Amino acid sequence: MSKFAGLGGRLYRGETSVDFIGKRRRWYAFSGILIVASGIALSFQGLHLGIEFKGGSAFTVTKTGISIVDARSALDSIKIPGEPIIQKLGSNKVRIQTDALSNEISNQVQDALASKFGISVDSIDTQTVGPSWGKEITRKALYGLFGFLIVVLLYLAMAFEPKMAIAAIISVIHDLFITVGIYAIVGFDVTPATVIGFLTILGYSLYDTVVVFDKIRENTRTITSTSRMTYSQAANLAVNQTLVRSINTSIIALLPVGSILFVGAGLLGAGTLKDLSLALFIGLAAGTYSSIFIATPILATLREQEPAMQALAKRVAARNAAPVAAAVRSTESPSAKTEGGKNQKRGPRNQPKKKGRR
Amino acid sequence: MSTSAQSRTVRTATRPGRSLAILALVLVALSAAVFIQGATSVKLGLDLRGGTSVTLQPRIAAGSTGKVTSAAIDQAVAIIRQRVNSLGVAESEVTAQGSGVNRQIIISVPGAAGRRVVELVGQTAELRFRQVLVSGAPGATATPSTATATPPTGVSAELNTKYATLDCTKASNLQGTGTDNAKEAIVACDRTGSGKYILAPAEVLGLDISKASAAINQATGAGWYVLLNFNNNGTKKFGDLTTRVTTLAPPQNEVAIVLDGLVVSAPRINEAITAGSAEITGSFTQLEATDLANVLKYGALPLAFDRGEVVQVSPTLGADQLRGGLLAGFIGLFLVLLYSLLYYRGLGAVSVGSLLVAGVLVYLMFLLLGAWIGFTLTLAGIAGAIVAIGITADSFIVYFERIRDEVRDGRSLRSAVETGWHRARRTIIVADFVSIIAAALLYIFAVGGVRGFAFTLGLTTVIDLIVVFSFTKPLVTILARVHFYSSGHPLSGFSPQSLGVITSTPKEA
Repeated sequence: MSKFAGLGGRLYRGETSVDFIGKRRRWYAFSGILIVASGIALSFQGLHLGIEFKGGSAFTVTKTGISIVDARSALDSIKIPGEPIIQKLGSNKVRIQTDALSNEISNQVQDALASKFGISVDSIDTQTVGPSWGKEITRKALYGLFGFLIVVLLYLAMAFEPKMAIAAIISVIHDLFITVGIYAIVGFDVTPATVIGFLTILGYSLYDTVVVFDKIRENTRTITSTSRMTYSQAANLAVNQTLVRSINTSIIALLPVGSILFVGAGLLGAGTLKDLSLALFIGLAAGTYSSIFIATPILATLREQEPAMQALAKRVAARNAAPVAAAVRSTESPSAKTEGGKNQKRGPRNQPKKKGRR
Repeated sequence: MSTSAQSRTVRTATRPGRSLAILALVLVALSAAVFIQGATSVKLGLDLRGGTSVTLQPRIAAGSTGKVTSAAIDQAVAIIRQRVNSLGVAESEVTAQGSGVNRQIIISVPGAAGRRVVELVGQTAELRFRQVLVSGAPGATATPSTATATPPTGVSAELNTKYATLDCTKASNLQGTGTDNAKEAIVACDRTGSGKYILAPAEVLGLDISKASAAINQATGAGWYVLLNFNNNGTKKFGDLTTRVTTLAPPQNEVAIVLDGLVVSAPRINEAITAGSAEITGSFTQLEATDLANVLKYGALPLAFDRGEVVQVSPTLGADQLRGGLLAGFIGLFLVLLYSLLYYRGLGAVSVGSLLVAGVLVYLMFLLLGAWIGFTLTLAGIAGAIVAIGITADSFIVYFERIRDEVRDGRSLRSAVETGWHRARRTIIVADFVSIIAAALLYIFAVGGVRGFAFTLGLTTVIDLIVVFSFTKPLVTILARVHFYSSGHPLSGFSPQSLGVITSTPKEA
């Protein structure tokens, strides 16, 4: 653990540095492939929408030793429009999914199941969603999505810089697209809980990006007057400096989500918890990736096009015959060799005690 | 620089204790409020305790003009609430969600009353008054030929055959269809299956009623009856209808009140009713009279309802989901605490404390909001709270990493705690604000479960801000004075090794 923490120190000073921004074409290409794959999957396969969106009825019967064959035979006598889909959930649950049924037929189905399996009607979990209601839910989900993107864009533009807002929103859309694409490729069911998950991802991903951008803004505040590093180098340093936090945040965020997924998928079999946490799990991974590999490079690309930043890049290039990358700190002397000396001056008071401990 | 540093030290010297004291006061006040309100347990949503919820989408009834008005929806909510309350299930709720005319009516009834609820509110009543042409026993006639012998005036042979074969003892014929055409004669069953009718085209519609109420006539001992008031149009039409039928032979002097294609009641008309009001008598109980009055008012609304969503959760599944949600919460919380302690050592204790304080605050707020605004905790809400553990813990990480960065810059811990806070504060506010925007928009736009999620997420994010400002920061300030932390003890989270500031000792593999 502490070795890893020591890495934090090296990243902070720029001794250890990963060149996130310089290799941006690589990340763009990687994301590009994912996005194209998502697009293809979406247009050819589409999403597996749950009955909440397309309308339909679902009946869940819980009974030890229940089988699909028995459930199907119970329904034989009832005229159900369309072909019912019957699935086994866990060891003792069967879920029957049909087109939206009228109250009358729905009652018949419940009665038939209840008498077949010798259980009370009230112990059958049922859900019926009218087709127009599904459209309403879909419409509201889309309103929520676009409303969110617009408001956040405005807010970030005010709180930070317009270009940061643009870069943040691009990376959020990137996350969303990839997550939805994975759903289309794998064929997971999309339910309102999944949509909640998607929308939460937006919040998370932005949160992550906000923290990185905040550091970038701090690092680049006096950048044009010092001429020590280009905007890209300063941004890269910021990403490296917040890397430990990004990793910790992602781990801390994934722990609860992982436990929901574990309980939801492992113990309950299906439902809200599983749908939600699956979307979050996939989305969080995409969000962490994008705030480091996509958002910041895009921001750097946007800012480097400004004349002031191009002039700065020229000055920096002239100043350093050799490329310095991010081994320089904006606030300290550019010489990394004084590191040991600095420590003797500034280290904690009881430093000698620690010698030989590790 | 030195003066500003000094003034900062002076300022913070008095602040941490005060912040903590205020927080403690708030906690005590909230607990007292909980005690006074008698809110002993968090109100659980139907998905956690079992029950039935029906979402109705109002629309204009077929054939009527006009718009869905906000007042009409309010009226519908009141009427449905009365009907649902008549079930006598405690904690049933009928609410309208959304804004203005674009609202849905959500009915939730806990427990296993499922089917009755669905049927009760599912009556998308279209009320009609029709003259009775023929009435008889509910069963299908064995030999239709006898019934077709003398079709009364206004009854086609086709309708007569349909009447003969209609079997009102079959439950499937007692489901309201709502498909009766007001301009045609129809065959219909009594709502209770005790008789069947051939009915003339409708002459008075539900829209013609202005008011319906249940009343009791104690003087004559006639018991409960329903009092109807017609509007101008209705007064005239009902007057005409009753004037015409009073002189006819039974059963043609009866006027059937037809709701959703079923006959609610078919009183005999003894005299012409031209005063614009009518009484429906019968041996009603109070409940029946009230119900009928409600039905009539319901029918008077120019609204019909599409059944948007019907969800029935059995109490077993509810209990399973609650257990699952809580288990996931505890596992998640435990893992987060474990990770904080392993990674941040002594500082981790601060996040443990902060998360506990946040947890207590969230719990108290759940209790109070349940009592104040009827907040119910759903599975999606629990998920929101669990997800918020991550967001809350992240505020600490942002702050802790900042402090460590400042220490790496060579500051003493005491000053790093202040300068680090100064910088982390902004990041935390901006990031939490984005979270709050997300929650607020989700709450405004979404329906059902999503709203529950958004509400808890928003609430916990606000609580996160409160805890970070009034607990985490003051606590760190105080701890920075403690030797264990300021000396950089290996377990404090500020040891030079863990910060990576020592490079004079080569690291062993």
